[in-house]
Parts: sequence; C-alpha cells; structure tokens
Amino acid sequence: MKTAESITPAIEIHHISKSFGKRQALQRVSLRISPGEMVALIGPSGSGKSTLLRHIAGLVGGDRDSGTIRLFGKEVQRRGAVSRRIRTIRSEVGFIFQQFNLVGRLSLLTNVMTGTLSRVGTLRSLLGIFPREEKSRAMAALQCVGLAEYAAQRASTLSGGQQQRAAIARAMQQRARIILADEPIASLDPESARIVMELLQCMNRDEGVTVLVSLHQVQFALQYCPRSIAMKEGRVVFDGPSRELSPAALRQIYGLKNDGLDLDGTLPLNVRVCTPPAVAAGA
Amino acid sequence: MTATASALRLPAIPLRTKILRLLLALAAAGVLAWAWQGSEMRPLDLLTYRQNMAAYLKGFLTPDFSEWRDYLHHTIVTIQIAIWGTLLAVLGAVPCGLLSSANVAPAWIHQPVRRLMDACRSINEMIFAMLFISAVGLGPFAGVLALFMHTLGTLAKLFSEAVEAIDPQPVEGIRATGASRLQEIAYGIIPQVVPLWISYSLYRFESNVRSASVVGMVGAGGIGMLLWDAIRSFNYGATAAMLIILIVVVSILDLGSATIRKRYI
Ligand SMILES: Nc1ncnc2c1ncn2[C@@H]1O[C@H](COP(=O)(O)OP(=O)(O)OP(=O)(O)O)[C@@H](O)[C@H]1O
Ligand SMILES: [Mg+2]
Repeated sequence: MKTAESITPAIEIHHISKSFGKRQALQRVSLRISPGEMVALIGPSGSGKSTLLRHIAGLVGGDRDSGTIRLFGKEVQRRGAVSRRIRTIRSEVGFIFQQFNLVGRLSLLTNVMTGTLSRVGTLRSLLGIFPREEKSRAMAALQCVGLAEYAAQRASTLSGGQQQRAAIARAMQQRARIILADEPIASLDPESARIVMELLQCMNRDEGVTVLVSLHQVQFALQYCPRSIAMKEGRVVFDGPSRELSPAALRQIYGLKNDGLDLDGTLPLNVRVCTPPAVAAGA
Repeated sequence: MTATASALRLPAIPLRTKILRLLLALAAAGVLAWAWQGSEMRPLDLLTYRQNMAAYLKGFLTPDFSEWRDYLHHTIVTIQIAIWGTLLAVLGAVPCGLLSSANVAPAWIHQPVRRLMDACRSINEMIFAMLFISAVGLGPFAGVLALFMHTLGTLAKLFSEAVEAIDPQPVEGIRATGASRLQEIAYGIIPQVVPLWISYSLYRFESNVRSASVVGMVGAGGIGMLLWDAIRSFNYGATAAMLIILIVVVSILDLGSATIRKRYI
C-alpha cells in the first residue's frame, strides 16, 4: 500500500479535538512520532496530556469533527469513531497508568500474563490455559524488571514502585511496539521513579519500542527523553528537542511568574537543571 | 446564669408542625385499626383456649424420637435440596448478575434482566414450589427448582451490586492490552468480586436450608412434608422431635458456613 512514504510514523495524530461539555480538552492536536523515538509529554495540570494518551490508545473517541489517529499506519479513530479493529491495534500498545491498574487480587504472574490475552483464544483464556512458552516469557519479563521472586504474590501486596514495574512487565509480555505511559512515576519515590524511567529507556534503546510518556517533572524529560512535546490548554505549544526547553519556554508553558513560582501550584519543577542563573536571580 | 438559661430555651414548635404531627398520629392509628380488623386479631383467644396451648406445650416437652432415622433422613434430603437449589442459582446468577450490571451491559440489556430478576425475587419459594409440583410432580426436585428460581433473583441482584461497586481502573488496564470484553470480565471484574460472591452464596445456602424445610409442606420433598403430616395429625411429640433435629442440623451448618465466610473475606 505504502509507496512513496519512507517510514510509517509510529504515532500519527491529525487534528484531534475533544470537548467535555463546554471545556475543550484537546484543540486540533496534530503530531507525528517516528518508530524508536522516546518522547516526553509535558504541560500543566489539566492541559490534556491524559486525554491525549487515552485517545491514542482508543480508550476514548474524539469529537465528531475530530481528525484521525494512526499507529503504524493503522487507524485508531476517525471523526470520533473508534476503529472496530481497535483490539488488534491495542495489543501492540502497552499502556502504563499512573495508578498501575493491576488487578490486586491476582498474582503478579497472572497480571503479567494478561498481556497475552489478545493472542490467546477467548475460551482458552477463560479457562486459564496459557501456552507454556508464554508463561516462561512472563517470568522472563518479571526477571527483567527485578520481580521474579514475587511472581506468586498478589499484586496488591506490593509497593507502588514494584507494581509499576510489573505493569511494565505486562507491556513487555504484550510485545508492545509502542508504550504510552501516563505519569508513570507521579506517585513514586525518586529511586523507584528512576528505575521505572530506566526500564522505559531500556525498552526504547534495546527493543526499539516507541515511548510516549507524560511527566510532571521536567527534569525527567530532560534526562531521559531526547524530544519533548508540551501542551497547554489542549494545544501543542512546544515540540522539539528537550534541550531547547529554555527557562523562558518553560515559564511560558507552565505560566510561571518571573520569581520562579508556578501559578497553579502543581509543579515540582526544577528549572535549574537547565540554566541556574536565570531562575536563581529572582529567589 | 439567667442569660445562659434563656439563651438555651428550646425552640418553639410552630402550630403548623403541631397540627401536622397530630394528623400523622391519627393516620397511623387509623391504619393500625384497619389492619387489626382485617387480620381478625383476637388476643383473648389465647386465654380462652389456654388448655389447648397447655396441651401443645406438653406434647412439645415430651419429644418422640422413636422414628428419628426417618426424620434424620428427611432432614438430610432437605439439605440436599438446599445444596442443589443454591448451586443452580449461583450458576445462573453469575451471567444474570453480570448482565444486570450497568457497568457491564448496556441499558437495553440490563434493564430487562433486572426486571426479570425482580420478578423471581418477589415470588416466594412456596408459590414456586406449588407451580413446579404441578409441572414436575411431588417430590424434592420441585423443591430444588423452587429454591433455584427465588435464589436466582436474590443472588443476581447481590452479585450485580458487587460488580457495580468494583474499581474500574484494573479493568481499563486489562482493556488496554487488547483483551476482549469477556476477558476483561474474567480477569478484571471477577477477581474483584469473587470473595463477596462466595460470601453471598454461602449466606443464601444457610437461608435456603430453612426455606427447603418449608417448601416440603406443600409437597416438595424433605422434612417439611413429614412435619406437616405430624402437625395436622396433632402428633406434637413427633413434631417436637423433628424440630429439634432440624434446629441442631441447621445450627451446625450455619456455624460452618459462617466460619468459611469469615475466613474467605
Ligand atoms: N471524563 C472527563 N469528563 C470531564 N472533563 C474531563 C474528563 N477528562 C478530562 N477532563 C477535562 O479535560 C481537561 C484535560 O484533562 P487531562 O486529564 O487530560 O489533563 P492532564 O494534562 O492529564 O492533567 P494532569 O497533569 O492533572 O493529569 C481538564 O480540564 C479536565 O478537567
Ligand atoms: Mg493526567
């Protein structure tokens, strides 16, 4: 089908809009992410990051006059209608949630095994019959995130950081080609946050998985993601190399006053990572 | 002191409220009188017929266990009726409960299923027993079907209330992997509700043992049939013996089932 195009973008969003009542959560958002990129999605609270990620996974449909979203050329939604083949598309997309969204009463191994559900027939999966090699792959995924010894334990008995690593193992089990992570480290301590970000980076580097991760803390974007996309009030207001996120640009995105305090009080923002004097001057 | 006392004076009740209260009291008295008449309440009869009462009591105080094997056998049949009546109801309540949950099925499915379950629940086991006796004849099987129908209605409602109270996040986590709707239910919903479902089922089993002893009275098998015969023939010794056996067995089952329920939750 594809002839002239050199590479199909991993994520291709064209004029996506979404309103909740009167509030416009997304306003004609367009962007392209190539296979193998690791991109940060930043922006103040309520800017539409979560909404955009949920649209990309086809968990919600846009407005009727909304455009299209394609993942590796396969259409996720068009004019607000989610594709009928969404399940096959989703099977290649690992979604990492802020609250992990594991099933607390199931063992860690079973939680990771749910990553294979789309490949196992419904009847077999309802009976809990999974191929042996899938089970060993799940164990390998748990090993990779350092949780093999907890495989039999119920997910609810683990710490937040461990649950988030298990969620990443589930995405590995899925053989996801794209990972969408919605503030995966927002509720984690700094050490767990670092481990989770490094796991994402590792999947990106070693497996070529495309990663789009929304982050509250800009320093993590600068540290792990070569490219950043910033949103504000439902629009993309910055899209480029993370190192170009100057303090001035960040102030504009987050609505910071000149004294370095943010207006909506949500940001544990460490602008100093970029250029110390500009911010320190006010303080 | 006086200042505080006057500040603490109770608020005056407005005349309108007083009249309203009086009317309400009159209405309540009216309803009670009306119901008294309809149900032909004659408390004095208890005094007038006190000799009969004494005779009952005497019979009960001298239970006649001569036929205990028979009684025990029928008590066990009663429990067997309860086991199958409950099990079939649980099996039916899983799909019916899911289909009557607003977060699983769309309104055009869950509304009709709910009404159907309401109907099952609102009809008493005894009435179902009489209906099934005319369909499948006298005997325990009619009792099983009667318990099944009524319990299905009750359990489906309880099951669906549990389903509607689940945490939606894990389910979305499963959905995002590309799982099918059935897989979402099996891996996202069922694990969350299973402890409650088991608890409700055991509780219904306990009450079904009691119901099973009653459906026998209309001929649907179990100890109820014997009990009804004994009462009708004024054989109070036998009646007392059966009741004692029933009470002991039911108490043991209740204890066991309650222990399991506590353990599991
Ligand atoms: N289901 C919904 N119903 C109504 N409004 C919604 C819904 N989901 C999101 N919104 C609104 O859409 C806007 C964007 O929300 P979104 O959650 O995408 O922001 P966000 O950038 O993820 O914020 P945060 O950083 O706080 O997570 C907000 O104004 C929010 O109130
Ligand atoms: Mg969000």
